[in-house]
Amino acid sequence: MSQSPSLNTWSEALSGFYIGWLPLGLLIVAAVPLIFIALYALTYGVYGERKISAFMQDRLGPMEVGKWGILQTLADILKLLQKEDIVPTAADKFLFVIGPVIMFVGSFMAFVVLPYGPAFIGADLNVGLFYAIGIVSFEVVGILASGWGSNNKWALYGAIRSVAQIVSYEIPASIALLCGAMMAGTLSMQQFCVLQSGPYGFIHYYLFSNPIAWLPFLIYFIASLAENNRAPFDIPEAESELVAGFFTEYSGMKFAMFFLAEYGSMFMVSAIISIVFLGGWASPLPNIGGFALNEWTSGPVWGAFWIIMKAFFFIFVQMWLRWTLPRLRVDQLMFLCWKVLTPFAFIAFVLTAVWEIYK
Amino acid sequence: MNQLTLSIIFYLFAAVTVVSAAFVVFSKNVIYSAFALLFTLFGVAALYVFLSADFIAITQLVVYVGGILVLLLFGVMFTNTIMQTDIKTDVMHVVPGTILLILMIAGMLYTFYTTGDWMPGEAQLQGSVVQRIGIETMSRYMLPFEMASVVLLVALLGAAFLARYDKAHKNEH
Repeated sequence: MSQSPSLNTWSEALSGFYIGWLPLGLLIVAAVPLIFIALYALTYGVYGERKISAFMQDRLGPMEVGKWGILQTLADILKLLQKEDIVPTAADKFLFVIGPVIMFVGSFMAFVVLPYGPAFIGADLNVGLFYAIGIVSFEVVGILASGWGSNNKWALYGAIRSVAQIVSYEIPASIALLCGAMMAGTLSMQQFCVLQSGPYGFIHYYLFSNPIAWLPFLIYFIASLAENNRAPFDIPEAESELVAGFFTEYSGMKFAMFFLAEYGSMFMVSAIISIVFLGGWASPLPNIGGFALNEWTSGPVWGAFWIIMKAFFFIFVQMWLRWTLPRLRVDQLMFLCWKVLTPFAFIAFVLTAVWEIYK
Repeated sequence: MNQLTLSIIFYLFAAVTVVSAAFVVFSKNVIYSAFALLFTLFGVAALYVFLSADFIAITQLVVYVGGILVLLLFGVMFTNTIMQTDIKTDVMHVVPGTILLILMIAGMLYTFYTTGDWMPGEAQLQGSVVQRIGIETMSRYMLPFEMASVVLLVALLGAAFLARYDKAHKNEH
């Protein structure tokens, strides 16, 4: 399903790799995002978030384990592994166990269409972007399963709040991404990046080359915070009212699954926003005269560097917002979604269409 | 991908679809039925992918898993006595049921064998399927598309009216 011969060379070479009948290459392609999520969630996700929150609040953060506390993550993993894996007696055993699994699978499946640079992508679907926003519905079912399975008031309230929030915010988010799809005229994630790469670097990005793109960009960013239950939209796990929301009853590795799923989706929405509006793996540096900075910083490895760095930047903004903004109330949340973001998303949609016709 | 891997993956998804669909029907717990429906819908979506209909596969996920299944689960969870009610999953009306089943299978097999080959498409699809679907929706199927949107709008208005019924009722008195 590749679009052009120079794209996806690494992943296609890998997927043709067999040992006997066993498609080992395909398994490796599938394992790359999994290992990536684990590594990034444990380093940047856990340690980074603790350090960033500490610096925002003028604290030092973890300092005891290793120099500047860099081994804190290892200590956390050991702690999680040793914790007793509790399943409450009154809980619905089956749903309680399967909830975090469905949620993590939903978060992980979106990575199929994420291009790690021009040479590597799980599957270059021609409906890539649609797939990435559609697969979120899996997480919704996982949340409901764990909330109901816990057999706990707080967990059920948290799950229902969370699902209502995700389902509502999918509408402005999808319309905002539709604006991006209109600018590109494609839904393939690789083509988004190809169309936004060029000799002048960041000038080619839709955010800078299109005068309307900032509106869907902002709308999608706000909506993506809500879809991930990140602050200021973290009312499903509002600790002052709901203990911890839908994962109140979870401990040990099942709790870690929720964490991995959340960090996986955080990376995914950050990657989507950088692919649709900020060129994905396209290098932001322009060619200036003899200094062909753009050509020097393009290629499979540089591509992976740029897309991961862009996504990490948005994850940093998400953390920054989390530690500086207060939480919204439920009614404010719904007000923002239906009466502010959705109308503005429609306006952005019409303006983008007009711009695309008459530019 | 070689043929063996493809068939293994196909039978895996087919098994997931059939087993979970059986679970939906035979489970006595309505919550379990609803959650098993997730795997059925997912398996059907995967089968669409095998028919090179990626767009329909993902629409299936968005509409059925993201919309209808969530609605079902909400409905089930907000109904108070749902866990106390025993759902009848016994076998009833054996003879009429069997006759109906045999008739239906016979009808399907008859159609399958008499129609001969599956009809191949008149025009082979080239390039992106989404593009073709978009063009067809906006040209040949414009009227049904618009009518569907009007029907949905009416349903939305009706739902809003029913939900606000209490308020309107109070004002009358």
